[in-house]
Amino acid sequence: MLAHQQQHITLPEGSIEKQTTTLNVGPTHPATHGVFQNIMELDGERIVSTEQTVGYIHRAFEKLAERRPLYQITPITDRLNYCSSPINNMGWHLTCEKFLGVQTPKRVDYLRVIIMELARISDHLICNSIVGVDTGAYTGFLYVMQYRELIYEIYEEVCGSRLTTNIGRIGGFERNFTNTAFEKLEKFLKEYPKVLKEFENLFARNRIFMERTIGGGAISAERALNYGFTGPNLRAAGVDYDVRVHQPYSSYQDFDFTIPVGKTGDNYDRFLVRNQEMWQSLSIIEQAYKKVQEFKGTDAEIFHADVPEYYLPKKEDVYTKMESLIWHFKIVMGEVEMPKGEIYNAVEGGNGELGFYLVSDGGRTPFRLHFRRPCFIYYQAYPELITGGMLSDAIVTMSSLNLIAGELDA
Amino acid sequence: MALTNQYIQEKLQEKFGDLVSNFEESYGLLSFEATVANNLKVLQFLYDEPSLQFQFLTDICGVNFPDDAGREISVVYHLHNLAENVRIRFKIFVPVAAPDVFTACNLFSSANWMERETYDFYGVNFVGHPNLKRILNVDEMDYFPLRKEYPLEDQTRIDKDDEMFGRG
Repeated sequence: MLAHQQQHITLPEGSIEKQTTTLNVGPTHPATHGVFQNIMELDGERIVSTEQTVGYIHRAFEKLAERRPLYQITPITDRLNYCSSPINNMGWHLTCEKFLGVQTPKRVDYLRVIIMELARISDHLICNSIVGVDTGAYTGFLYVMQYRELIYEIYEEVCGSRLTTNIGRIGGFERNFTNTAFEKLEKFLKEYPKVLKEFENLFARNRIFMERTIGGGAISAERALNYGFTGPNLRAAGVDYDVRVHQPYSSYQDFDFTIPVGKTGDNYDRFLVRNQEMWQSLSIIEQAYKKVQEFKGTDAEIFHADVPEYYLPKKEDVYTKMESLIWHFKIVMGEVEMPKGEIYNAVEGGNGELGFYLVSDGGRTPFRLHFRRPCFIYYQAYPELITGGMLSDAIVTMSSLNLIAGELDA
Repeated sequence: MALTNQYIQEKLQEKFGDLVSNFEESYGLLSFEATVANNLKVLQFLYDEPSLQFQFLTDICGVNFPDDAGREISVVYHLHNLAENVRIRFKIFVPVAAPDVFTACNLFSSANWMERETYDFYGVNFVGHPNLKRILNVDEMDYFPLRKEYPLEDQTRIDKDDEMFGRG
């Protein structure tokens, strides 16, 4: 039986007669970078047509979420875009807070901004260095991994875990940032600019890298919008849409930063936009850290909002106070009823607009929760991006789109 | 002039009259309902009308209301006017017995997979879709898992051998 019959893939008519080659790229093992399968029709090395398939690691997040109280959904969001899971966590908390009408203190907002921008840097760092790997430059990737480690150490200090962070709670953080966390942040802020500069020098004006990426996987702004592109991929095509600016959340309006945009929407522009965004994120972190330092005395102790219905009380209070014990029990058992209604809330994720559509019928768990996963939406454009190009450019295009299989498949 | 929800509502009512209904505003976002037969007309109007220009499709998803006879399945569209930075939500309701909805693929390329996903989980038949087949689940699946009639596994069941997964 032919491969395309097994997969229920419709080949372009007459492809056999036309003497093109069918090539199966993937599926790879689920433990690797991502499980992608592309069935490509090749004329020599040129791609005539492609059909991509997804769904090899679908884990029914939306169904699972219908049985879980709000705080138990946070670990699910970790596993969407796992290169920047803190952004997903924060996005979910922000959605819940908006839905429940919780006001967070400024200090919480700023701490969140620090964590989210660190996550954005680690996300872009992976993506850009992987583009490097796929164009044959492994060194950059290995080099920057050390500095992603610094970011992960900060997460570890704040929440105890590294990759799937489950960071923060509805209303704020589970504990205040320790001095060690701030020291690690300072270390990162001190060391990272030099590294980023060096990383940039390795690639940005590198002749081989430019030849490999310029013009490959290009998309016009109009097509990108029609395909629902968001995030760096859309900005690389020249549209300055950024959720952080258009619908500021977590006090992003207090910060001074620019939205880098590209022009051609090709692999090179996507690289440059991500690179610039890392500089912007760095500047945002510095501003936020300065703002956080301005809180003195008891103000510097604030790390969560006062929401007893959703924020777990202190453990010593649970043992000594009736009220706290009740709330602890209710929260842990998921016995807090939500208001009725529906909400759509979005944050600027590592690779685009990450949206949460929550429908509540007044029960204890969401009636329906839908994640708008940016890469699921823009991966549709992949055949259009690579058709007519070389097979090796298709690989670079795939990595420069920043596709995360976990997010693709929900 | 900034685009207000009030203005969008007036514009839609002027054009479609009774075919659009249930206008409500939650968290600053205008939400309304249209009849199934008109979903494409509404989308096209929102897209083309010079003062509205909702040309970015943020999301399509399904919702299942098993108790609402004749309106069991809802398809929810989120649209965005990027220039004015206004979002709206628009819903249609179809009976579960005949969940036929016109596809928005010709208007938005992004609708293709969103509709496939909605079909995959809710069985909504998007009429005119170029490639309506399952996307996240296996092709052989014969039910639509996000419908409420398919409950999650009972967490207290004891008949299952889960030794290898730490539950034995």
